[in-house]
Formats: sequence, structure tokens, C-alpha cells
Amino acid sequence: MASVSVRQVRKQFGSTPILHGVDVEIADGEFVVLVGPSGCGKSTLLRMIAGLENITGGEIAIGGRVVNTVPPKDRDIAMVFQNYALYPHMTVRENMAFSMMLAKAPGDVIEREVRQAARILGLDALLDRYPRQLSGGQRQRVAMGRAIVRHPQVFLFDEPLSNLDAKLRVQMRSEIRELQQRLATTTVYVTHDQIEAMTMADQIVVMNGGRIEQAGAPLELYDRPGNVFVAGFIGSPAMNLLQGEVADGGFRCQGGAVLPLPPHAPRNVATYGIRPEHLVLAADGIEATIAIVEPTGSETQVGFRIAETPMIGAFRERIAGRPGETLRVLPDLSLVHLFGPDGRRL
Amino acid sequence: MSTATAAPAWTKVRQQPGALARLFDNKAFLIVICLLPAVGLLMTFLTYPLGLGVYLAFTDQTIGRRGIWVGFENFEFLFEDPIFWNAVFFSVFYTAIATVGKFALGLWLALLLNQHLPMKSILRAIVLLPWIVPTVLSAIAFWWIYDPQFSIISWMLIELGIRETNVDFINSPWSARWSLIWANIWRGIPFVAISLLAGLQTISPSLYEAALLDGATPWQRFRHITFPMLLPILAIVMTFSIIFTFTDFQLVYSITRGGPVNSTHLMATLAFQRGIPGGQLGEGAAIAVAMIPFLVFATLFSYFALARRKWQQGESND
Ligand SMILES: Nc1ncnc2c1ncn2[C@@H]1O[C@H](COP(=O)(O)OP(=O)(O)OP(=O)(O)O)[C@@H](O)[C@H]1O
Ligand SMILES: [Mg+2]
Repeated sequence: MASVSVRQVRKQFGSTPILHGVDVEIADGEFVVLVGPSGCGKSTLLRMIAGLENITGGEIAIGGRVVNTVPPKDRDIAMVFQNYALYPHMTVRENMAFSMMLAKAPGDVIEREVRQAARILGLDALLDRYPRQLSGGQRQRVAMGRAIVRHPQVFLFDEPLSNLDAKLRVQMRSEIRELQQRLATTTVYVTHDQIEAMTMADQIVVMNGGRIEQAGAPLELYDRPGNVFVAGFIGSPAMNLLQGEVADGGFRCQGGAVLPLPPHAPRNVATYGIRPEHLVLAADGIEATIAIVEPTGSETQVGFRIAETPMIGAFRERIAGRPGETLRVLPDLSLVHLFGPDGRRL
Repeated sequence: MSTATAAPAWTKVRQQPGALARLFDNKAFLIVICLLPAVGLLMTFLTYPLGLGVYLAFTDQTIGRRGIWVGFENFEFLFEDPIFWNAVFFSVFYTAIATVGKFALGLWLALLLNQHLPMKSILRAIVLLPWIVPTVLSAIAFWWIYDPQFSIISWMLIELGIRETNVDFINSPWSARWSLIWANIWRGIPFVAISLLAGLQTISPSLYEAALLDGATPWQRFRHITFPMLLPILAIVMTFSIIFTFTDFQLVYSITRGGPVNSTHLMATLAFQRGIPGGQLGEGAAIAVAMIPFLVFATLFSYFALARRKWQQGESND
């Protein structure tokens, strides 16, 4: 087990800068999720921790040892690739045993480790199969088995679930989390799925355009997003982010709606954020015109307009309204997020 | 109700197919019709010459005189003929050494070209050069390179002070043999290198990254990832290469014509020598027919080596 420190790390491919000074502190045994839109540099950062990409600037330390120039095999890490990268010409057993075989481990040790990993992952019956004879979920497990037999100090996962169907994804999500808690191995997990990030992480690192927007516990990011980007990225359905200015005793959005502000709100609010689930139906609320109603069973998502401002609400109540009918809603003032002109939380 | 006057509902008229249409629906007829052109071509240009060659091998036909059936007489004669056995030996030796050389150097070159090199595409084009030059042209070039008096290699070695006399490339049996093998290797490398390069490029880079993290050294990555994954294409390329090398004619005939004293005859050049300039069509054909067992062996090798490996795509699941 080990901590991982990423200090002011920069990366350039040729003359194109990709990462502009990234800092992440990962405590021993922590499960950290790197999340962000496509192309923001998550994989690049993970591959730099693995040693598959060299480091243009800054420092990466694993367990207190700076590893900038340490080759991948000496970093004591294991990585699960998005496409699993299983060796197609080796059986499941050989795939899992490969690293130990290279390290010239004795045969009985290899066999014991492989058996143990196979039992943990439910692969006992598949040890003599080739990768192409496995389903996607089984391949995923073999890739994890290959990682855990080595008892590495750090697990690295690069979007390991993105090739699986929705149901299997949910199942594997909890399996990975459970396994990580059992082994207590420091883990860095890359995904662009913010639900995966919310459900699995001890700490979420939100990246955008090669920079870190915010890092923190999942609910901290949900409750107090530090800027407009994180506010819009974390949470599903996404937060309503309305631009406008303080006027008329409230916040007047572009499009005309006027929303109430919490008491003592600053004057320089530029963006007004309210999560769909924090809008409530109220008889004295603001009149809104329904655009679309999407019941999900447990709640009803409603797209509506206040004046010309489009918004989304998620309500526990069942709403029978049709498009064109009206609805009265109010934001829960204690849960309104206000952001200044620079996009930062006020 | 006016149903009586309404047009009846439209139904598709089922036409009776004509005799010709029915004929073309007949599967057996279709098979015959479709195969005929291909079979005809194969018969004319493959089976007939091959059959004629085999037939000639059992006659004593010479140029200008119709032969008669002599049974195995030609083969019995060849069996006693040291020149023939020498050609058999050299064919096998030539094929074996040249194949090993071509594959060692070709694989090395392919691995090199698969790295990130500056000006990679130009390098690849250069590698292909020996192959796109017509064989006879490159043979003539080698003929000059190996020339006893004007050889550029001899000249260079002498100028550099490494040797005093010209190198003997093709004037004594063993040096001639090695010179020919080298020429064949030089010519065969591009085919091997480019084919294997194509194979190398199908191997996913993430496998190498996984192996890197698993702690594999460069040699172990080659031994456990590259080589096994390259094996299927290696087997195909090797089969072709063996067949082409064994049946080689142009290089040897252009450079040494089988000399000195018949020491560098391959079976193909000896067959030609005896059959056409020598006029002994029957005997030449018999030598050519004697190549068949070797080629069948090479084909069988390919058949078994090419059999899908269990881990490859597209085989049943057990
Ligand atoms: N080898 C490379 N050469 C040049 N640019 C690269 C290279 N690898 C990645 N990039 C660039 O770096 C940026 C970040 O890539 P990266 O793969 O880290 O994104 P990501 O956050 O993992 O995205 P995704 O969620 O789509 O996987 C991209 O703009 C990409 O084009
Ligand atoms: Mg990625």
C-alpha cells in the first residue's frame, strides 16, 4: 500500500500542452476517481503515473519515492486497460500468471495466487479458456485478476467499465469497489461517467482541459461545487445554470425569468445554479410552462420554461401535466448555488 | 352497395417462369455454368502443362523427335546420376540456408521498421526496392558484383588494403554456392520484411504496455507476445518463401548457369539445362517431376502450420 502524490505535473505532446500543472494527493488505501469530459487528459495523467508516458514537468511520487525516471515495472503498480489488453494467445490462467512467471516465481506459488484471485473474482471454471471465449464482463474480471495477483501498491483503472452494458456496469461497479475495500489498495480510477465517480470514490478529482477544477469527497462536490464547471458536471440530471444579473429584488435571468435570491446574497452574482431535485412545487411559486414530462418511476423530470428561460425540475410527486400547461415552482433557497462573473462560487 | 362495380382488389399475377428462367433456377446447372470458365482456364494453363510434363517424364522424347513410353527409365537413370543428386542437395541446402537468412534478417528489419523511426515511410520504400527490381536485372547486378575481375567488392577491399587479390565469388563450387544464397537472401528480404511488418502492425500496442507493466524485458516481450502473435502470418510467409526459393531459376541461371562444373545447379536449372539446351525433354521433365515431392512436403507443412490456433478468432468454442 502506498500514497501517491502528483505535484505540478505537466505534459506536452510535441509542442501541444495537454496537462498544465496538476496536483493530486492520494492517501494510502484511498479510492480516487479522475473524472472529466473526453480529451481533458485523464488517461494521460493515469498513464504518467503508470510510467507509460514520460513526465514533461513536475513530480510523481509513489509511497514517498519520486518515480519520474523509474521504469513502469519497478513502480509496483498494476493497470487495467479500457480494452483489457488480455494476451489473446494465453489462457485465463496464463494471463494471470504471466507477471509471476516473468518474475520466476515458483510454480506452486503461482498456482496458489492464481487460484486465490480466481476464487475472489469467480473465475474458477474459466481458467483454461482463451480470452475470446469469454464474455465482456468475464474479460473485465480477468483483467482485474491479472492486476490483483501481483499485490501491487497501486491499482490504476482506465475506464474499465465503458465496454459493458448498463446492468453489468452497475454490478461490476460495486464489485470493484468491494474488492478495493477488501484489499485496501490505493486506487486511481478514470471515468467520464460522473455517476460511477459519485458511487465509487473516496475522493473525486474533476478535470477539465488539462487542469483540475476541484477535488474532494463526492458529496462535498455535490453540495458545494467550487465553480460553474463542477456544478454542471456533477449531478444527474445536470444543475440548472442560469446566467443573468441581480435586479428587481431577485436574479433576472437572460430570457426574462426572475428567481428569488437567498438572504444576504452578494450583488455580483453572474450565474444562478439550482439542481433539478431542489426545485419544489408550491402554490405561491413562479408560473412555468411545461415543455416535456419524463416520468422515471421514482421521480418525474419536467422540462419547463419560466418566461423564455428553459429549466429542468425533478419532483417526487407524480405530475400529470401536459406540454403547454402551467406549473408553479420555487427553488429551495438554502440549496441555491451562486457564482460570480469569473465562474467561481460566491 | 356498389361492390359489383368496384374494381376487384389488385393481386399480383403469378407468372409461370419460362423454360430458360427455370433452367437458371436449377442449382446443378448454375454450378456447372459458373465453374466452367475457371475450370477451363485452369485446365488449359495449369493442368495441361503439368500433365504433359508428367507424361514427358515417362518418355524418351527429345526436341524434334516424338518419344515413346519408357516407364521409369528416366528416373532410374537420374538415380545413378551424381549431377542430379548434387542438384537435389544444392536445392535443399539453398532453400534451407536462404530461408533462414531471409527470415532472420527480414524479421529483424520488420521489428526495426515497426519502431518509431524518422522518415519511416521512405525507409519502407527503400526496403521494397530489391523486390520491385526485375529478378534478371538484379541478377545481372550481382553478376557484376561477383565478377572475377571487375567486382566492386574486390575493388573496395583492395583499395582499403584489406586484401591483396580479387575475391573469388563464383569460380569455385562453395564460394559460388554461398554467393548465390546471399543474392537470394538479398532479394527475398523485402517480401519477408514487409509481410511480417504488416503482421506486427496488427498487434495491439496495449499488449506491449500490459507486458511492460507485468515486468517483461524487451526480449521477453518478443518471446511471449510478438512471436506467438506473429506465428500465423510467419507460417504463411514461410511457406510461400520456401516454395519460391526451391523453385528459383532466374538468379542461378543468370549468375552462374549452374557452374562451375555443375556445382550450383538447382533442380529447376538442371531440368531446364537438360530439357531445352540439352534437348532431352524426357529427362528434363523427369527432374522437374522429382521436385513435386519436395513441394508437396512444403505445402503439407503449410497446411498444418496454418491450421487455426485455438486462441484465434472464428473457431468453435470448445
Ligand atoms: N500520443 C499522443 N500524441 C498527441 N496528443 C495526444 C496523445 N495522446 C493523447 N493526446 C491528446 O491529449 C489529450 C488528452 O488525451 P487523453 O487520452 O488523456 O484524454 P481523456 O481525458 O482520457 O479522454 P477520454 O475520456 O476520451 O478517454 C487529447 O486532446 C489528445 O488528443
Ligand atoms: Mg481516456
